[in-house]
Formats: sequence, structure tokens, C-alpha cells
Amino acid sequence: MGILEVKNVGKRFGGLQALNKVELDVKENTCHAIIGPNGAGKSTLLNCFVGKLMPDTGSVMFDGQSVLGRTPYEINQMGISRVFQTPEIFGDLSVLENMMIPIFAKRDGAFRMHAFENMFAEKEIVEHAEHMLEDMNMADKREMHAASMSRGDKRRLEIGMCLSQEPRLLLLDEPTAGMARADTNNTIDLLKQIKDERDITIAIIEHDMHVVFSLADRITVLAQGTPLVEDDPENIKGHPKVREAYLGETAAA
Amino acid sequence: MLGLNKKDTTLFLIVIGMAMLAPFILNPFPEGSSLAQMFNAGYPDLMQRFVIFGILVIGFNILFGLTGYLSFGHAAFLGIGSYSAVWMFKLVGMNVLPAILLSMIVSGVFALLIGYVSLRRSGIYFSILTLAIAQMCYNLAYSVLGNPSSNFNLTNGETGLQLSLNDPRILGSATTDGALPVTNLFGAAMRSSYQWEAGSWLFTFNVGYYFSAIIMLISFYISIRIFRSPFGMMLRAVKSNQQRMNYTGLNTRPYVLAAFVISGIYAGLAGGLLSSMDPLAGAERMHWTASGEIVIMAILGGVGTLIGPVVGAGFNEYFKNILSKINDDILHTWLSFLPDGLENLLVGFLHYFVGKGWHLTLGIMFMLVIIFLPGGLVQGGQRIAKLFSRKKDGQATPPATQTPAE
Ligand SMILES: Nc1ncnc2c1ncn2[C@@H]1O[C@H](COP(=O)(O)OP(=O)(O)O)[C@@H](O)[C@H]1O
Ligand SMILES: [Mg+2]
Repeated sequence: MGILEVKNVGKRFGGLQALNKVELDVKENTCHAIIGPNGAGKSTLLNCFVGKLMPDTGSVMFDGQSVLGRTPYEINQMGISRVFQTPEIFGDLSVLENMMIPIFAKRDGAFRMHAFENMFAEKEIVEHAEHMLEDMNMADKREMHAASMSRGDKRRLEIGMCLSQEPRLLLLDEPTAGMARADTNNTIDLLKQIKDERDITIAIIEHDMHVVFSLADRITVLAQGTPLVEDDPENIKGHPKVREAYLGETAAA
Repeated sequence: MLGLNKKDTTLFLIVIGMAMLAPFILNPFPEGSSLAQMFNAGYPDLMQRFVIFGILVIGFNILFGLTGYLSFGHAAFLGIGSYSAVWMFKLVGMNVLPAILLSMIVSGVFALLIGYVSLRRSGIYFSILTLAIAQMCYNLAYSVLGNPSSNFNLTNGETGLQLSLNDPRILGSATTDGALPVTNLFGAAMRSSYQWEAGSWLFTFNVGYYFSAIIMLISFYISIRIFRSPFGMMLRAVKSNQQRMNYTGLNTRPYVLAAFVISGIYAGLAGGLLSSMDPLAGAERMHWTASGEIVIMAILGGVGTLIGPVVGAGFNEYFKNILSKINDDILHTWLSFLPDGLENLLVGFLHYFVGKGWHLTLGIMFMLVIIFLPGGLVQGGQRIAKLFSRKKDGQATPPATQTPAE
């Protein structure tokens, strides 16, 4: 039984059936990639996992519990963290503060009125945040204004923020989109390292086949809102339906 | 000191010093001179307004400066606090402590209700909701709840709520000679002053001012602590990126609501102090223009900075006072060196900017600050400081990473 079980999920936007009878079974401690052409419904599917969208039909179970109808912060507190297609960080705050907030959220829950301590007097949280920054190779940027960093650094920071919460499931939406080759390779290395070192399940949406085949244990191909195939990476590469629907299209593009 | 870092301690000490020495600082000119008439501001009622509006804007800044939620109805809490305090004077006694305590509690309860409703929306819709609710409060106070002939006359309408000799005052302050009792702190009357003549200078030390100043310093200290706390960081995170907060497992609503209630309590405290200085509460304190003035003071000083609110409130009150004192006669004496025709023309023109026209001048000043110092007067001060430090080391200081909220 998988840690994330998606059954018969459908979502309609006006006249567009963005998702149709989507089935997905993500096994614990694996990396599951969801690939497909632009507009296939990949981001929409992730949105249904984290409480951003309510699907019209079907069920989404995380560790035996339904996530549907819960708010994003409740779902995060269940153990799901998400990295967005465009990095979502706290631009006005320092890098260190960015890293401290998810750690506070993990320790103190969705709301706590700690208005009288000094935030940097919370030694364990500051140390944890500094440690995470070192892991992300950005210890030298701790005082920087987060908005002033490069896109690659913002992405690293966002991944680090998600990891600092030690989520059981990490959702990544095109983490290398718009990145230079070097940044992409760094991100692959980072994700590989995360996968090897931690007990974590990763569901990743990715356009870049190089990234997908470097990381994924299992791949689902989505086209026009419906899963075409789900298989191991070796079989996906040669699959005629996939070549036609997806790989062929990107090769032509 | 007191759990503050070095920089904040320095700032706090400076503010303490300025508040304690205000009767000197604000009275630089010898008594009776024409400059004193114009520019001295060391009068009890004016000094009281400096610190009381300081409290109001410090509280407003906790909401607007940290979370970015712009309340356009904060004067409602000022009014609610004012009425509450006067009621305490009427029903219980003339000690100011229970009165301002009640102001804080009642305005806190109202802030909880109003915040709960208006925080269902954000951005401009939140501002409009707070504006509408505050105008409702104003109208309730002005007419519905203030009909002098009804049994339930909570606000006494147009006239305003005031003390009367028939008030129950269960802790019975002395009303011996048929005069109204005065507000006091365990016997020390708020309006009593000690005057010190030093040469041709006259300095006034007023009980009400020092009481309000100490409350302002406590409020300021609490605001520094909030700014530096994990809670304050969460509020800044709300302003920066609510989406990231939600997906990080944080519920933004109670954070903003807590900030709203805190700032409502600050406003109520300010209202209670206004009534403690002069036990009279009128609906005009809740009018939307009063709410607008709070926003203006915050922006003038520097939103999201620690000291900005105090600077903004002081600047606004000071210039309001000076500008409204200037009249045509004074303009004529100032411009008497000009040929008569030109003098009359210029006085006729300037007439619109002084006296009752002070709004116009303050409005222009506000525009200039917004355009040239979007970070408020505090930013102006920082620029000047930077200019000096640069001259001193003879090299450009590297652009410091913007430390959040100094
Ligand atoms: N909130 C929305 N409202 C209307 N249409 C949407 C919305 N979100 C996505 N869509 C549409 O659904 C389809 C799938 O989008 P998306 O899930 O973003 O694709 P992908 O991430 O696979 O590129 C697209 O045609 C998109 O325009
Ligand atoms: Mg997408």
C-alpha cells in the first residue's frame, strides 16, 4: 500500500476536463515522477493533494487519511511539504529567518502566540536552521535579503525550507524549470542526496527527461488529464505510447 | 538591557531621555518672546497629545507595519476607549488606572469582533470593511446610542459624554465645593503642574504628561519586544508571502487577528488616556478623517520601523499646532519688509495654508515625504546619518542588507 493513494480523481475547469479518472499510487520511500506535456494537468493534480484545489470526484489518501477538504496548513502539518513551480519564499525576510519559520511551524503547530521571547534566543531552532543552510550550501547567505538571491538559490532555499520540516512526502513542481544547466545538475545532486540520506517519499513533476531518469524509481505519464502508463523508468523510455504522446512531442518542439 | 539587543537598547534609552526631558526640549525659547509664542510646544495639553498619539500609532504600526493589513477604521477604537474611560469616571471613580484598564478591555473586545469580521478579506477589501465598520460606530455614537432623552444614552450624541455632578461615582471622589472632581492617579491630579522659572525661561512639568509618557514608554518597549519575537517574525512573513505560510503549516488568520486585537488595545489605551487628561468624549474622535490621520502619521514617520510611529505622531501634532496658530496678523508682521501691495498679495495667498487651512500645508508636506522619502521621516534621518558616517570614514559604507524593521 502506498503512502499517497489517488483514486478516480477528476477536475473540471469550465469546459475543460483538466483531470480525468487519475489513479496514482506512490510507494513509501520512493521517488515517483509525473511527466507529461504542458497543460496535461500535472500542477492541477498537485494542487489537489495540498488543499489548493478540491477535485470534483475521487479520493486522495495520505497515510490512510483523506486530505480532501482540509486546509493547506493542516495538510502540511500531516507531513506533506510542497515546492512550487516558481519559488515561493519570504522575500522580505533574511535567509536565516526564512529557514527558521518552517522549523517553528513544525515545533509549535499552526499558531502560537510567542510574542515575548526573542526569536534568536530560541537556540535549538536557530541551530537547526543554520544546519539546514549548511546542508543547502548557503550558510554564507544567512543574512541576505531572500528576494535578492538568484533564482537557483531561491529554489535551493525553498527546498531546504521544506526539508527542514522533515516531511514524509515532498512534492516538487518542476524544480529545475528555468534553471541553467549547472544549477539543474546541482539540484539533481541535492535531490539524490536527500533521497539517499533521508526516509522521505518524493513526488516530482518534471519536464526535463535528464532529471526524471536520474531520480525516479517509478514514472506516471499524464496526457490530457488522464494517466497513460505507469511503469519503471527503463520501460517508460521505450514505451511506444509515451514516445508518441510525450517524448515525441518534446523532441519535435 | 531588559532583553533588548544593543541597538534597540540605545534607541529605547534615547526615547526615554527625550520623553523625560520633553518640557525642556520643547521649550527652547524664552517665555514671552515672539518665537516662543510660535514655536514652543512644551505646554501640557500639547505634550500629552504627542505621547498619546504616539501610543496610538505605535499600536497601529504593529498591525500595518508588520502584517501589511491597512486598517482604515482605527479611530473607532480610540473613540471606544475614550467613552469607556469617561464611563468609568462617571460610575466608579476618578482614578485613571481603572479607567484606562476598562478602555483597553472594551476596545480589545471590539477589536476581536471587528477583526474577526473584516479579516475574512484582505487587501483593499479589508481596508474598506474596517472603514465601513468604523463609520457605523461613529454613526451609532453620534445619534443612535446618544439620544439625551432616551433611557439608554450611552454617548450623549453631539454634545459628547461628560462628567456631571449627579454621577453615581461609587468610590465617591470628593465633590465638596460643588465643582466637578478631577481625574487623578491616587490623588495626584492629572491637570496639576509644577512650573519652574529659570531666568526668562518657563518650564512646565505636568502630572498628566508624565503619566502618559511612562505609559507610552511601556507601550514602546512592548512593541520592540513584539517586533523581535517569533510572533513578530510570523507577522512579517504574513506580509511577505501568505501562500508560503499556509503551505508551511501556519494558519495566518489567528496571527493577523492577534495583531489586530493588540493594535486595537493600543488605540483604546490612547483613547482612555485622552479622556483621562480631559474627561470628555465625543463621536468626532471616531470619524473617518481621524482614522485617516492615523494612517498619515504612520506613513509620515516610517511604516514598519520601531521609532517611525512616534516621529510621525510628533511631527503631525507639532505642525498642526503651529500652523493653526498662524493668522493673517502674524503673516503681516513677518512679511512687513515687502512693499505693501506684494505683502497683501502674499498674505492673501498664504492665508489658505495657515490657521484653519493647516490641512493644506500638512497635506503638501505629506505628499513631499511620500514622493521623496517613501520610507518616511525615519528614512530621511537614516540618509542624513549615512551621509555623516560616510564623511567620517572617508569611504562609502557598503549597502547594508536591509535589516527588517529598525
Ligand atoms: N485555476 C484554473 N482555472 C482554469 N483553468 C485552469 C486552472 N488551473 C489550470 N487550468 C487549466 O488546466 C490545464 C492543466 O493545467 P496545469 O495543471 O497547470 O498543467 P501542467 O502543470 O501539466 O502544465 C491547463 O489547460 C490550464 O489552463
Ligand atoms: Mg505546471
